[in-house]
Amino acid sequence: MNTRITRTRISALALVALGVSAVACGGDDSDTLQVYSGRHYGIETAFEQFTEDTGIDVEFLTGNDAELRERIAAEGEDTQADAYITVDAGNLAAAADEDLFRSIDSPVLEEAIPESLRDPENRWFGLAVRVRTIVYNTDEIDEADLPTSYEELAEPEWEGRICMRNSTNVYQQSLVASLISEHGEDEALAIVEGWADNAEILSNDVLIIESVADGLCEIGLVNHYYLGRALEENPDLPVGLTWANQEDRGVHVNISGGGVTTYSKHPEQAQQFLEWLATDGQDVLVAENHEYPANPDVAAEELIATEFGVDFLRDELNASIFGSLNPEAVRLMDEAGYS
Amino acid sequence: MSTSALRVGGVTKRFGEVVAVDDVSFDVADTELLALVGPSGCGKSTLLRLIAGLFPSDGGVIELDGVVADDEHTSLPPEKRRVGLVFQEHALFPHLSVAKNVGFGVRASTSERNSRVSEMLDLVGMSGYTDRFPHELSGGERQRVALARALAPRPALMLLDEPFASLDPNLRVQIRDDVVDILRSTRTPAVFVTHDQNEALAVGDRVAVMNAGRVAQLDTPEQIFHRPASRFVASFMGEADFLSPADVRDGLGGHEFVATDVDPADSGDLMVRPDDIEFEPSADGGATVTGVEFRGSSRCYTLQLRSGATVRSLRSHLVDTPIDTHVRPSLVPGHRPVPIAD
Amino acid sequence: MTIPWRRTGRGGWTWSSVLAALLVAVPVVMVVGSVLRPSTDVWSQQWSTRLPGELRDTALLLVGVAIGTTVLGAGLAWLVSAYRFPGSKPFGWMLILPLAMPSYILGFLTLSTIGPTGPVQDWWREQFGRDAWFPDVDSLWGAIATFTLVLYPYVYLLSRAALRDQAGGAYQAARTLGASRSEATRRIILPLIRPAIAAGGAVVMMETLTDFATVQYFGVDTVSVGVFRVWRGTYDRNAAAEIATLVLAFALLAIGLERIARGRARFGQSGGAGAGIEPTQLRGWRAAAAVATCLAVILAAFAGPVVRLAAWAIQEQRSDRGTPQLDQYPDYLWNSVQLVIFAVLACTAVAVVLANAQRFGRPRITKLSSRITAMGYAVPGPVVGIGVILAVVALDDALGWIGLELPGAVATGSILVLVYAYFIRFLAPGLGAVESGIGQVSDEMTASARTLGSGSIDTMRRVHVPLMRSSFVVAAVLVGVDALKELPIVLLLRPFGFDTLPVWVYNLASESRYQQAALPALSIIAVALLPVMLLARQLDRPDP
Repeated sequence: MNTRITRTRISALALVALGVSAVACGGDDSDTLQVYSGRHYGIETAFEQFTEDTGIDVEFLTGNDAELRERIAAEGEDTQADAYITVDAGNLAAAADEDLFRSIDSPVLEEAIPESLRDPENRWFGLAVRVRTIVYNTDEIDEADLPTSYEELAEPEWEGRICMRNSTNVYQQSLVASLISEHGEDEALAIVEGWADNAEILSNDVLIIESVADGLCEIGLVNHYYLGRALEENPDLPVGLTWANQEDRGVHVNISGGGVTTYSKHPEQAQQFLEWLATDGQDVLVAENHEYPANPDVAAEELIATEFGVDFLRDELNASIFGSLNPEAVRLMDEAGYS
Repeated sequence: MSTSALRVGGVTKRFGEVVAVDDVSFDVADTELLALVGPSGCGKSTLLRLIAGLFPSDGGVIELDGVVADDEHTSLPPEKRRVGLVFQEHALFPHLSVAKNVGFGVRASTSERNSRVSEMLDLVGMSGYTDRFPHELSGGERQRVALARALAPRPALMLLDEPFASLDPNLRVQIRDDVVDILRSTRTPAVFVTHDQNEALAVGDRVAVMNAGRVAQLDTPEQIFHRPASRFVASFMGEADFLSPADVRDGLGGHEFVATDVDPADSGDLMVRPDDIEFEPSADGGATVTGVEFRGSSRCYTLQLRSGATVRSLRSHLVDTPIDTHVRPSLVPGHRPVPIAD
Repeated sequence: MTIPWRRTGRGGWTWSSVLAALLVAVPVVMVVGSVLRPSTDVWSQQWSTRLPGELRDTALLLVGVAIGTTVLGAGLAWLVSAYRFPGSKPFGWMLILPLAMPSYILGFLTLSTIGPTGPVQDWWREQFGRDAWFPDVDSLWGAIATFTLVLYPYVYLLSRAALRDQAGGAYQAARTLGASRSEATRRIILPLIRPAIAAGGAVVMMETLTDFATVQYFGVDTVSVGVFRVWRGTYDRNAAAEIATLVLAFALLAIGLERIARGRARFGQSGGAGAGIEPTQLRGWRAAAAVATCLAVILAAFAGPVVRLAAWAIQEQRSDRGTPQLDQYPDYLWNSVQLVIFAVLACTAVAVVLANAQRFGRPRITKLSSRITAMGYAVPGPVVGIGVILAVVALDDALGWIGLELPGAVATGSILVLVYAYFIRFLAPGLGAVESGIGQVSDEMTASARTLGSGSIDTMRRVHVPLMRSSFVVAAVLVGVDALKELPIVLLLRPFGFDTLPVWVYNLASESRYQQAALPALSIIAVALLPVMLLARQLDRPDP
């Protein structure tokens, strides 16, 4: 009996020890820079490069943007995150709204990132640019007949000819937010209602491109890098791209970007990290994913530069504006019956 | 002065709205065998489980060997009560051998436990079965092992819940007698729950008849059978007919009753059992045979008196009287009707 | 008068089960509790726009999946139990393989294979022209079919157990009473396995209800999707929590339906006492049809998808791009396995305590506690995740008040917190299995052990645990497979560097790099196969 009890005790101790070691390896107070990232692609190479350049170690945690933001908020002062990198201005604006970012005084970042791609209070900075625009089946439709603006996609002539992304998607949301900013709620609602009437709603941009390629839709609305990726795999894909709204305010651009958290334990290094990403690290960050660099002094990678070009008019609406309008955009799509 | 092995004082148990055990009191003396009998749902099994400590009571006191096991302040868990429990379904542990089952409750060194196990298996006549598993045993064998298992830790009180109900009838009496012998030889007091009145009468030093959560009568088997305290006890503990004093006097010619606390003038009813009644054919005997039930060594006749009341009469199988025969019933000499309070 | 608290030796068990219930309930309540401060404008706006449609779609999806899994699960269980045909034995266990397939993977594969842009429809259009009719795959029907194929094994498993344990005698009795085969099936077998169908159906409905990834592939707008759109799109977690209560309401409805469907029958209590059904040999076209049915299901739900994933994986490996992060595969695998083991240990251990507490503690309180712990299963993963963070941070604050402090990492990401969240989410399936295990131990056996001087803990150790052992396998498999596939919680709560196989899939799939995600997805299925095979073996083993 005694031996049995001892055995039970020992196994209980072992379990506790396992638990403790599990906790211990969970995180520490070393000098490692810790980053929460809603961006998954190409980020790892960038981190390695940064460590090589600066000698600062980086640990990162990928995840869903909104949930990582909630995690930082819930962790409060205990957060391990020094920096939060995420896609979509809406996420960045929401994090700033919840005071999760601190304001940074960085001449380097202010110099490198155009004003429209950063927070007016310097709490976050756009680092890469993703353009949401019109793609089309080059066999089905003449370039001359293409719609030239987002607004035009709401016209009855496009009924049943468009594929669009569902309203759960942040890029579609931010595009609608930019429409609200441009036209006001009522007019924006009418446009989105027009879209809802005209479009087949799909669950991701890759499907939209495939549908356009298969001729199931003549045109689609996607982020440019998805087409970049598709063309990389199959250069003969019969899908072309046209920049929207070149006659007026320019095509809608969203960003992925980041900021230094309010309760960061290593704010200087975190700032250094952002500065590096905005300058020396731009290439590594954007190239693999076919994004446009946020820093105008950095050249776009070859495939998109040749296929899509770099000279196009971008909507200069500040990302913080359409970011803050994101909730209204979601509600507006609800009202419009845009699923 | 020796204390009782068990004292139950005013014990009550409710399940929601249902009062399963209602203010029950009795004692079990050292070495006594008490049979607890009653129809299903009368609360006898619940009472047994209260004594074993499987759940706490809602009132009253249970004392085991003079120690309070259950009252308003405390409810000892079953493992602290030193009671042995044997169930109808035996409840042997299927993952343990016979020896391990029997040794389960013996807290002692391995060698002491082993000798206790073989002692117990000897006692129940199962010595050769140590390494068998429960599923390899017959019903009777399982019952013996269950008894040995319960006796092994030397319980201060044995509780048996319908222990023979699952056995074949021909096996049943023999095992029952063996169990009683073993309990007596080990001088273990026991409470024995059954719904079979013959078993209760045969086994119990005393018999407690329960009905609707209460003890209807507690007495020796003879008293229970011959002097039932109520109509319920009378009819539950054997075949009984209830007649008015007028029927007894006019129909059976009976004038003497068993002396009880009950005044027959108050109660209005007298109990007779079939073995109290005999009859002989008689054209003006005042009764008619309306039914016969052949029972092997005997026949049970149903007689209708002139008043319309019926009474049964148990006769030898040699007496063969056809239905519709006119007969004269009478009390067997020495047998007297019992006044019943209602 | 009853004195409520007296020394009865039940306190420890009762308190343990109350503690377990609190551990589950507190984080959930902390999230859902925000409903008490309603943000009416979002609520009313949602009611006037999407909610009615979401409620309708959720209801239709649940009903469709419930019917689908019942027909497929119970039907296949009947087919392999009551008939013998070529391969009926191996089909018997192969039919539980889809349990290893995460619904988000099958959903994606279904769409990419027979969806509008998939090779099947491409070929179809080539043959019959561009406007040739083809069933609408990215629809409610597609979602129902996908969930049915992935989830039917729950109903199948429980139905088979019921058929094996109880149906034989009753079925034969019915046949000797002159009932035809179909009549005996309808009047005897169906009612007998109804509790099993109900129990399986409840699991199926919970899994369907808390999903928000698969449904989105098919463009089905459920209430869960609504929760995430409001939460992630409008950043209003109060409003999201309010809508989340509707998910809980559906869950309660499902549990209620299960209780009604189960009726007064108790499931899994037969102790394997009854004889199984003597199978009838099928011949000719009937045998062929039976084989074809089993093959079709296995092909659609498991073999087909695995082959397609394998083809992609090979293609990716041959391309110069390769699968990203492949070098970290051993880490992902080890992390996943570790997490699954911890989750299984935690859930099974607590389930054993809860099941035993129902024997040894105060019955009403312990039963209620057990039912409360089942609630966690009905809460979507991310809601559990946020709730756990809030609860742990609150605990940290409370400890701060009395001058103590949790080690920094505990409050935020640690395996401990992660396992805690898994525990909340997956205790219910583990408890269900363990409860049916303790059901095999009669009250009399417990009482015998107790009166033989064994305390409650000793009785649990010496009698209950040995007799419940086979139910531990079932519990471990159900918890383990769920824990292995779980994504949102691990995304949200894991510590730095603790990436698992599903996280790997997520990192690629969230960037729509599906083909590159094929290898990681295959590896999840491969790992999930181990416990599933264990279960399959147990299924084939005759009763002791």
